[in-house]
Amino acid sequence: MRLLIQNGYIIDPAQGLNTGKNLLVEDGRIVGVLGYSDPIPEATELFDATGLIVAPGFIDMHVHLREPGHEYKETIASGAAAAVAGGFTTVCAMPNTSPVNDNAAVTRFVIEQAERAGLASVLPIGAVTKNSEGIELAEMGEMKDAGIVAVSDDGCPVPTAGMMRRAMEYARGFDLPVIDHCEDKSLARGGVMHEGHWSLVLGLRGMPAAAEEVDAERDCVLAELTGARVHLAHLSTRGAIEAVRRARQKGLHVSCEVAPHHWSLTDEACQGYDTNTKMNPPLRSQDYIDAILEGLRDGTIDAIASDHAPHHADEKALEFDQAPNGIVGLETSIGLAMERLVNTGVISLERLVELCATNPARILKLQDRGTLSAGARADVTILDPEMTWTFDVSRSKSKSRNSPFNGYSFRGGVVATIVRGRIVHLLPEYSRSVRGTRIELAAR
Amino acid sequence: MKHLLGIRELSADQIVHLLDTAETFRDISKREIKKVPALRGRTVINLFFEASTRTRTSFEIAAKRLSADAVNISVSTSSVSKGETLLDTARNLQAMAPDCIVIRHQSAGAPYHLTRVCDAAIVNAGDGAHEHPTQALLDALTIREHKGGIDGLKVAIIGDILHSRVARSNIYLLSKLGATVSVAGPGTLVPPEFAELIEQGVRVEQRIEDAIVDSDVVMILRMQRERQTDAFFPSMREYAVHYGLHLNHLNLAATDAIVMHPGPMNRGIEISSEIADGGRSLILDQVTNGVAVRMAVLYLLAGAGKDGQEVSRDVNVVAESDETSRSVGGVRGRTRKPRRGTRN
Repeated sequence: MRLLIQNGYIIDPAQGLNTGKNLLVEDGRIVGVLGYSDPIPEATELFDATGLIVAPGFIDMHVHLREPGHEYKETIASGAAAAVAGGFTTVCAMPNTSPVNDNAAVTRFVIEQAERAGLASVLPIGAVTKNSEGIELAEMGEMKDAGIVAVSDDGCPVPTAGMMRRAMEYARGFDLPVIDHCEDKSLARGGVMHEGHWSLVLGLRGMPAAAEEVDAERDCVLAELTGARVHLAHLSTRGAIEAVRRARQKGLHVSCEVAPHHWSLTDEACQGYDTNTKMNPPLRSQDYIDAILEGLRDGTIDAIASDHAPHHADEKALEFDQAPNGIVGLETSIGLAMERLVNTGVISLERLVELCATNPARILKLQDRGTLSAGARADVTILDPEMTWTFDVSRSKSKSRNSPFNGYSFRGGVVATIVRGRIVHLLPEYSRSVRGTRIELAAR
Repeated sequence: MKHLLGIRELSADQIVHLLDTAETFRDISKREIKKVPALRGRTVINLFFEASTRTRTSFEIAAKRLSADAVNISVSTSSVSKGETLLDTARNLQAMAPDCIVIRHQSAGAPYHLTRVCDAAIVNAGDGAHEHPTQALLDALTIREHKGGIDGLKVAIIGDILHSRVARSNIYLLSKLGATVSVAGPGTLVPPEFAELIEQGVRVEQRIEDAIVDSDVVMILRMQRERQTDAFFPSMREYAVHYGLHLNHLNLAATDAIVMHPGPMNRGIEISSEIADGGRSLILDQVTNGVAVRMAVLYLLAGAGKDGQEVSRDVNVVAESDETSRSVGGVRGRTRKPRRGTRN
């Protein structure tokens, strides 16, 4: 099966490509980039991408798919459907399921469920410690053999520096990056929002920015001590981003990601006690948004990750301090990046592709992803930088509805998502762009 | 005003209207027949998720003096440990068509939650560390009564500011009416960010002496014992020495300064008994005014007042048509007895 995506504008930072070209795909692999006027092979289906951006499939390296154990919030199938609807061809599933993904059996289960769903590719992240309790190391080697791409105790960050040192040393042996949710729990003290003006006004317990910054500094020091690959998740503070900047200058293998809600909303959004503004790390004040934008601009920040965290409406209907942390994000990530980063001139489209595809693939050492070079997986994300659209959470592919961005309008968004050469997501408005192709859209 | 959720969102005019209304209601509690028919046929539910004697009783008395049917519900467990969620509880109560739900809850913002599922007027009787609007109103009524007004006064609030909904509501109210507020207490309980809580600014002092100097009103907050186990301060003894209000502190304040405490007091901890029982203490006046303020709030939110009807007509009608008061009060003519002294 051959597919030619023609007349589009190809952006692939991995190859230094930023030009109008056709992209030819065959049997799930990229054949290569052709000129507009190059001859079209016979029996090729055509995708007219005139005016559209053709990019390597986006990779969201930080999502919670809830399966096994919390299928009432999300399943791997529903999460994968939300992923492709949001333009992501690969997502990395955090291990905080029930049971925790701390052994090869759970890892294999996640991979099998994703294959069954057949939409986005799901790469599991294993736990750092057994049951993410921070006491004994999890079986990283066996999980790596089964398919994990990194280790993390995400929501239950490794509490002591000593344990983290061991984890980094051990993970280094398997060339696995250690992803840390930076939060010193003794400083966060059960805070439910950012500590600052609005936590005082709302009378809600705050967690100081220092809780993230202290842990980020610790991890950078330990990255130097161990030489491990360390990736800091969803950074939300100036100090943590600066810690990464300094570590990078020293040549350490430290990378980091930010989440779209952290550059889109401030803690003022918690006014009214809407639990869809509750997440961890929390929404912070404008100064921290400025720090994130700086990091995105100067290259300190490597990746955009949604921290997609579905929760059932009943759970989010609890009192603010009782409701669980997190929001769904897969379907709004690119809209928020286009609207708040690209359209405002903070970053270029090329840098967006770097943040969403090139760099996640590099950090996780995914050899055949994050690029449109010949032989790579035919994972492609097609964007229309000019389309305007409005996010309607009631039509989300996710099982959960916990988004603070319902009703937000965006300029620029995802038109189509292609996974291993199959069009798994295509906006109805663009269906006429495709000729001769059997479109296998996401179910439901 | 459909609900009373906090002072922060009220205008100075709305606050003054509430206080003026409360003043007209204050006299009712001084009559022999302490009842008017203003809320006859209305239902007020007091939904208390936190232990409270003073506030719950005060709301109940206020409702009854207005002839409302008052129902008290005390829920000792939060929604997480108990089967029913707050919203389900609220929906069930709403199904019984109350006119007003007074809620106290340990979670900040819980009253806001109720407004999403209830048609009844919601009154915040204290939510977590957020607000306690009727406490601030009764404090203001007490200050107005004794100082003649609030504009231009210097008020010091001493104690656990961080966790205090009373402090927040008072800071908003007093500054909206033109007072300047300073706060002081242990560094762990008085974050410097309080300085910018409001546009006018709050003076944040480390030593309570610096906050009290020249102040017209000294408000003392209750110190909760669990703050010690949470390591906010080392011992009650040290707290009493460094942050408790003693007679010598009062020498720093204005000569006619008054002392207030929202109760319940820890005598000998945050306030010495000499002060609590002394001539400058208005602690019991606060309690008296609490009933008047809550009557005003219930009247304006659940009664004829919500349609903008004048207060005086309703209030001046003696409750003779009310069965309860007739059986209690007995002789009709005595309801219009001249007022007794204005202070007790």
